[in-house]
Amino acid sequence: MSRIELDLAHSYRASPKEDADYALLPLKMTFENGGAYALLGPSGCGKTTMLNIMSGLLVPSHGTVRFDGQDMTRATPQQRNIAQVFQFPVIYDTMTVAQNLAFPLKNRQVPAAQIKARVGQIAEMLEMSHQLDMRAAGLSADQKQKISLGRGLVRPDVSAVLFDEPLTVIDPHLKWQLRRKLKQIHRELKLTLIYVTHDQVEALTFAEQVVVMTRGKVVQMGTPEALFERPAHRFVGHFIGSPGMNFVPATVAAGQVSAGGYALGALGAADGGLTLGIRPEYLAIVPPGEAGSLPARVQQVQDIGTYVLVSLDTAGQSLKARLSPDAAAPRVGDTVGAQVLNTHTCCYNPNEELMA
Amino acid sequence: MQLTLSGISKRVGAEAWLYEMSLAPQPGAVTVLLGATQAGKTSLMRIMAGLDVPSSGRVSVDGVEVTGMPVRERNVAMVYQQFINYPSMTVYDNIASPLKLGGRPAAEVDRQVRALAAKLHIDIFLQRLPAELSGGQQQRVALARALAKNAPLMLLDEPLVNLDYKLREELREELTQLFAAGDSTVVYATTEPAEALLLGGYTAVMDAGELLQYGPTAEVFHTPMSIRVARAFSDPPMNLLAADAANGGVQLRGGPLLPAQLPAQATLALTIGVRASALRVQPRPGDVALPGTVELAEISGSDTFVHVHCGVGEVVAQLTGVHNFELGAAITLHVSPAQVYVFDAQGDLLSAPRRSGSAA
Repeated sequence: MSRIELDLAHSYRASPKEDADYALLPLKMTFENGGAYALLGPSGCGKTTMLNIMSGLLVPSHGTVRFDGQDMTRATPQQRNIAQVFQFPVIYDTMTVAQNLAFPLKNRQVPAAQIKARVGQIAEMLEMSHQLDMRAAGLSADQKQKISLGRGLVRPDVSAVLFDEPLTVIDPHLKWQLRRKLKQIHRELKLTLIYVTHDQVEALTFAEQVVVMTRGKVVQMGTPEALFERPAHRFVGHFIGSPGMNFVPATVAAGQVSAGGYALGALGAADGGLTLGIRPEYLAIVPPGEAGSLPARVQQVQDIGTYVLVSLDTAGQSLKARLSPDAAAPRVGDTVGAQVLNTHTCCYNPNEELMA
Repeated sequence: MQLTLSGISKRVGAEAWLYEMSLAPQPGAVTVLLGATQAGKTSLMRIMAGLDVPSSGRVSVDGVEVTGMPVRERNVAMVYQQFINYPSMTVYDNIASPLKLGGRPAAEVDRQVRALAAKLHIDIFLQRLPAELSGGQQQRVALARALAKNAPLMLLDEPLVNLDYKLREELREELTQLFAAGDSTVVYATTEPAEALLLGGYTAVMDAGELLQYGPTAEVFHTPMSIRVARAFSDPPMNLLAADAANGGVQLRGGPLLPAQLPAQATLALTIGVRASALRVQPRPGDVALPGTVELAEISGSDTFVHVHCGVGEVVAQLTGVHNFELGAAITLHVSPAQVYVFDAQGDLLSAPRRSGSAA
């Protein structure tokens, strides 16, 4: 296992001039030995480019990739000793489950007794022990993807295991089980795992550290809690959470913040314009006219099963509030107060960055 | 438009793809077909569209039988998982094609294309070719074309599945508004319980070729008539605990007694269903306690999913907000006996929680 350090940029163009020419803007980051990481962002954000640079499928146009301090920028995936799991099952249909799992070890001339022990251990973790002698061809897509995961995890000596959207083809229920398995396996095997996805739930539940990317740029690397509570960039506030953070343009004058002419309360920020960010979970619905609230009209009230989602309109701007099913929900057409300033509110500067 | 499926089934060779079922989706509303892959959603939609003929039963539209009538003679719009557009036509012409077929005046076609493109936020791409757009934009073009057709029946087969999570959220909201504004009968297939809840309307739960339950979406979610429906319509999965009928309530195997009034037809062996969100770490008066140890805690941002090993089995609790737990730490979960589902030995619902929320 290795500590992976990236200090690089990548452009698919010969002589990049502006930001838009880069698939990955200059970045510097470290993946610690034994950590569980997720690379999260919409398609086209550069997450797969970053994964391919780490695995050795792609050489960055600028900078270096280091494994435990050693320059590996031009090393092949084999030299880097990387295991990979892809979106779709990559297995041998004619082999049994056990043979499939053993294959990466056999290839490296691991002694038979060790292979048997490790295959047994992985199969047990993935709850496939009873299927070891079955031919892979007869298994469902879900089961085949489990074998792929097992093949990725079977070698104890890999530098890192890279996953590229491995649960895309899996039904929601099995996803729960597999996510949990991956977490347990990470704890038991202490492998460095790097997981690429566009699905925030997968990323946040899997990883200790999540790298959020957009347009070739890393906008935040942090714990799931940090990404939720203190998004470093408006993009993170919007992308994490379902629905994402609400944003309200506001003005500060003499330590008091107001929005659309309504006084919201005291705020320790310099005079001028800023944007308040408040998560639907923290936006409070209060009686209309209550001090520090914005007048709002209830547009929609949805029962989402485990919570109630309320859509509000305030001066042409839409806000969302998430209420507990026990709370008294307002009715469509009601006029209410939207309280957007409290201890959870984040302030963003005109560059969309979190203000201290 | 009233689409009615009466006693339809579909067999392919010796295999039953759809078991006999009847379904009359609410006219002018959205009906969600919810079920895992292989549940039969696509097979059912193909019969609705007239792409396939059922092995038995009848399909009728506003009382007129259309079983076996090919799709081109019916007025149906379809959107598939894969974006299907005419690759050599511009976005404008793609959207305009069903309108031109309708023989409308050019000015009217132009107005409609622009209005639809604006609604789906693709108006700036009208002169581009589909290949020059991202996946999400291409799917918007396919959706715009389906909407342009303004067919009384619109079938969407997992239309958002190939899109990014965030994009899916955005488009789903736009679609919900477009469906509400139009008067088409919409049938929308998905594997995701959360998507069904967000779309609202009505939901038909399917599993392994069977139609299990049909009704208003929130009602089906809150009152699943069987364990199979509860399982298909819960994410995170509903916790299912083995129990027995006892004096004064339900005795959880390896756990406490839940005070309850069981109906007369209750079997001795029971299954208790507890939604992950009904479990709490703070007790309230009248709660029963489920002590255990933390196996895993997953933080999703707004919620923490705690997997707990209890005397009654493995359970998952969904707690609002961020909570940190040491693995292996002792934890006690609390649940109100009024918040549990009771299923009989056959898996049929005996009682469901009272609903306190006022949301409609």
